[in-house]
Amino acid sequence: MLDARPMRHFLEFEKPIAELEGKIEELRKMSEADGLNIADEIAKLTEKTDKQLRATYAKLTPWQKTQVARHPERPKAGDYLRGLITDYEPLAGDRAFADDLAVIGGLGRFRGRSVVVLGTEKGNDTESRVKHNFGMAKPEGYRKARRLIELAGRFGIPVLTFVDTSGAFPGIDAEARGQAEAIARSIEACLESPVPVIATIIGEGGSGGAIALAAGDAVLMLEHAIYSVISPEGCAAILWKDAAQAPMAAEALKLTAEDLKRLELIDTIVPEPLGGAHRDCDATIAAVGDAIAAALTPLLALDAAALKAARREKFLDMGRDALT
Amino acid sequence: MSWLTEYVRPKIRTLLGRRDVPENLWVQCPSCQQMMFHAELEKAMKVCSSCGHHMRPSVAERLRWTFDDGAFTRIELPKVPADPLRFRDSQRYTDRLKTARDKNQSDDALAVAHGSIGGQRAVAAVMDFDFMGGSMGAAVGEGIVAAAKLAVLQDAPLVVFTASGGARMQEGAVSLMQMPRTIIATRLVKEAGLPFIVVLTDPTTGGVTASFAMLGDIQIAEPGALIGFAGARVIEQTVREKLPDGFQRAEYLHQHGIVDLVAKRGDLQATLGRIIGLLRVKELAQAA
Ligand SMILES: [Zn+2]
Repeated sequence: MLDARPMRHFLEFEKPIAELEGKIEELRKMSEADGLNIADEIAKLTEKTDKQLRATYAKLTPWQKTQVARHPERPKAGDYLRGLITDYEPLAGDRAFADDLAVIGGLGRFRGRSVVVLGTEKGNDTESRVKHNFGMAKPEGYRKARRLIELAGRFGIPVLTFVDTSGAFPGIDAEARGQAEAIARSIEACLESPVPVIATIIGEGGSGGAIALAAGDAVLMLEHAIYSVISPEGCAAILWKDAAQAPMAAEALKLTAEDLKRLELIDTIVPEPLGGAHRDCDATIAAVGDAIAAALTPLLALDAAALKAARREKFLDMGRDALT
Repeated sequence: MSWLTEYVRPKIRTLLGRRDVPENLWVQCPSCQQMMFHAELEKAMKVCSSCGHHMRPSVAERLRWTFDDGAFTRIELPKVPADPLRFRDSQRYTDRLKTARDKNQSDDALAVAHGSIGGQRAVAAVMDFDFMGGSMGAAVGEGIVAAAKLAVLQDAPLVVFTASGGARMQEGAVSLMQMPRTIIATRLVKEAGLPFIVVLTDPTTGGVTASFAMLGDIQIAEPGALIGFAGARVIEQTVREKLPDGFQRAEYLHQHGIVDLVAKRGDLQATLGRIIGLLRVKELAQAA
């Protein structure tokens, strides 16, 4: 008996893979119906698919990575919270205006240790995407983040953030309530934290809305995640006067994990399963957990002053001797 | 202090403005279309006598109007690696930079100087919108850090005049990292017990607004200045609503509690002097 598997969402450049997997699926159905033994055939095709996947994913262009980073089936912040955090106690609100669900977070345990967790949540289906405003936070979201980061500081418990956002929400109400100030204060809270702050860019690290939760001691990034000052489409519209030039802008912006590591703007790249995080969510989440644990251990040995000083030095050093 | 010997070579500039514009030249107000004599407009600090519109000044003018008697000492800012991404669109970033440098006779979109305001020592950093839209890359970020260190060294408040279209796209994530870097700069000033005052001028948007520009102990805005995070067009496209009148203007921010005061350019120097005097009680007590 085969489990009914939901239709996978294939990206444009994954067409050859989609065709191969379609064939395998057909063969499986045939073998089930006719009782034929075509295991060999399936094994051969599976091997071919793996080969194709490996070849495709070994040389993804920055624009293809952008598609993977935005893949609808990619694990979202909430999936990491469910996978990595026990005793999760969600906390709500900025104590001033609202609870912005684009930013989720609360208390919990990471491998037994008390932590504050925060994430920008894009949602997994239409309903949850609307509920979380597609991961685009308003001022109250960043103020909630700041509140939780400060809470962690008061009780000496580390902060883990999971970043996946196209950026802060561009809206009238957001501006009226001080979007810029809210982002600035959230970055400041990360920088001033007396406890370790570990940020993981799990999908899209979009501009100010991302750095608001990512000015940490250790910044991890998934292999196919992107992190940029502007979306490739936005950059293309401005500099190329044509949003269709996004693939070129993606290339020019150097937004891949590999680029950011080379520029010394992030600390660790977390490898993804073959074919991207969405092909094995559990393995991805486990790998991120291991990377967070590895980053956390040395930080726990530092006192608040040393931690803050090292964090400042790290950011002040950035770009000072960038490769040219 | 190595950064001081390395970077802060004083650069005394002539204090008089360039007289390369004939005095009888007419200038039209972009807001009310009133024609004015150039010399008259200069005397009025580039504020329209007819409608009060505040036109964008040059960096030199801003520094002159800010410090007592128009006297100040500019410092040379740290050099940063140019073009960390080797960025190119229709043009190479290095070529764009060169064009901007030639046109503006400056290295990048920030100038830093020290002098006195209302008889009190002060450091001012002025962003230059004419230089690639005042966009913030590593040079601007490093300049803000240098300004903060100079303020601490001189035990002086830091006044920043912002004018920026946001991040320097051509520096990608390096420009994004200037947000935390400049925020660290504001912490250096504040931890030294010194006032950090922001004067938001037209326009201040994007990553500059969402970092050091919103963290002043005192937030001042020039009348009519456009100040916001997201661009008006992006907001309109997202929410599909007409933007309210005066949206993202200084007065709108004042109404929404985001800035402390909207100060006319003619009053700015006196206002800064008064605020610094009021905040620096500790300094006076120690001096007495
Ligand atoms: Zn006028």
